[in-house]
Amino acid sequence: MKAGTKIETRHLNFYYGNKRALKDVSLACQTHKVTAIIGPSGCGKSTFIRALNRMNDVILGTRIEGKVLLDGKDIYSPKVDVAELRKKVGMVFQKPNPFPKSIFDNVAYGLRIEGMRDKRKIGKIVEKSLREAALWDEVKDRLRENAFSLSGGQQQRLCIARSLAVEPEVMLFDEPCSAIDPIATAKIEDLIEKMKENYTVVIVTHNMQQAARVADYTAFMMLGELIEYSETKKIFTNPSRKLTEDYITGRFG
Amino acid sequence: MKKKITQFLGFFFLRVCLYTVLAVLLLFLFDIGSKGGKVISWEFLSQAPRRGMTEGGIFPAIMGTFLVTIITAILAVPMGMFTAIYLNEYAKQTRLTRIIRLSIRNLSGVPSIVYGLFGVILFVNVLRFGTSILSAGLTLGLLTLPWTITASEEALKAIPNSYREGALALGATQWQSIRTNVLPYALPGMLTGMVLGLSRAAGETAPIMFTGAAFYLPFLPKSLGDQFMALPYHLYVMATQHHAISQVRPLAYGTALVLLLLILIMNLAVIIVRYRLRRVKRE
Repeated sequence: MKAGTKIETRHLNFYYGNKRALKDVSLACQTHKVTAIIGPSGCGKSTFIRALNRMNDVILGTRIEGKVLLDGKDIYSPKVDVAELRKKVGMVFQKPNPFPKSIFDNVAYGLRIEGMRDKRKIGKIVEKSLREAALWDEVKDRLRENAFSLSGGQQQRLCIARSLAVEPEVMLFDEPCSAIDPIATAKIEDLIEKMKENYTVVIVTHNMQQAARVADYTAFMMLGELIEYSETKKIFTNPSRKLTEDYITGRFG
Repeated sequence: MKKKITQFLGFFFLRVCLYTVLAVLLLFLFDIGSKGGKVISWEFLSQAPRRGMTEGGIFPAIMGTFLVTIITAILAVPMGMFTAIYLNEYAKQTRLTRIIRLSIRNLSGVPSIVYGLFGVILFVNVLRFGTSILSAGLTLGLLTLPWTITASEEALKAIPNSYREGALALGATQWQSIRTNVLPYALPGMLTGMVLGLSRAAGETAPIMFTGAAFYLPFLPKSLGDQFMALPYHLYVMATQHHAISQVRPLAYGTALVLLLLILIMNLAVIIVRYRLRRVKRE
């Protein structure tokens, strides 16, 4: 394990039935950095990121080989409590998925299932999380309203706040901006930039410019394989593989 | 122009279908309402039948149907819910679960007389519950189960997967995600299905006539082992088995109307509960 590695995969293979979706992917994400994963549709980037907090477990008929190490410990080991793992490795999904509850209850959800009952403490954490997600000023007077009354971009920031409330160490973003407008996207990108101070961030994105804007490191995947992985600047200015260059210059994908 | 005519004809046809159905239904309700309404009085609702069921009321039958429906619900509601939760949320989707699901769907199409005969063998004879309100209620429960399971499963399926995944991603266990983020939203839909199933059971005659319903019993069951009168069976008796059918016809109409009203009340109650559940959720 390299110094500063937070979460890494070693020779990761993933199968949906007989279809192999990830081929021997080894990738190490650095602590307090943003790592972006880019690649054409169906290249396995969502499968990859969902392997990092075992969200693929809930998909029937799948199989995984290889290792995923969080702080050097295998998260697929039978000793691991999946619920505890997911508290440490939070995830924001492609489509904003607020629960049909109030804004407040959405953010408090993770705290309450942990068994927290102290209302003042919950209130404080909810406020802190909403501030961190840059949503507090927009919702502070309507915390009791249903989360569905928010706009798409606000809903996505609410989902970010909801994840932050359980104090994760790693935040995974699975194409977080694909369903929202450019202005809301800019807000979320700002947020991701700031988040790396406290969290290790991994983001899957369809949008190369987004990777260039927010990521310290970028991985390029194709057909389930990791083609190239290095500092974002290098990937976009001086890629070492021809495939990477073809993709980022828009020759395919 | 031609498109417009086609559209007009299309809509016209759909409208005719709707009005035909409505007309039949209204005629049916009007017939029962007008003829049954005449005999409904406080005496009719609160007294037992007298003089070989040519006079008096139908109180034991109302209470019998009410009580047997409660037994039905005690069996069919929780079992249906839990089975559906297991099938939809936990069970792996294998060939076996597909066969189980298909069998449940098929069971809802089995004629009710078959359930009646099955109830006689299982509850009355093998388990020795005798011809009793318990045997009848359990038989109706079996009849209702496929409906409550299917309805509950449909309600669970209607909950988007993102609710489940969202909860899991926050560190919820699978049961926590189901209990806090799936069941509360599926409950109104489940309830609707449950009540539809129960109202169907409340109106059944065949499953109870061999298992516990009595031809004439002018008092209420005192224990689970007693026989009981029930509205649908009473109606059947009044309409086909009585020695003076034409004389008791108005009473039969009254019984039919009461049965319809009872089912209407059950459905209204559930609509109110569902409305309140939805309102609580929105707040």
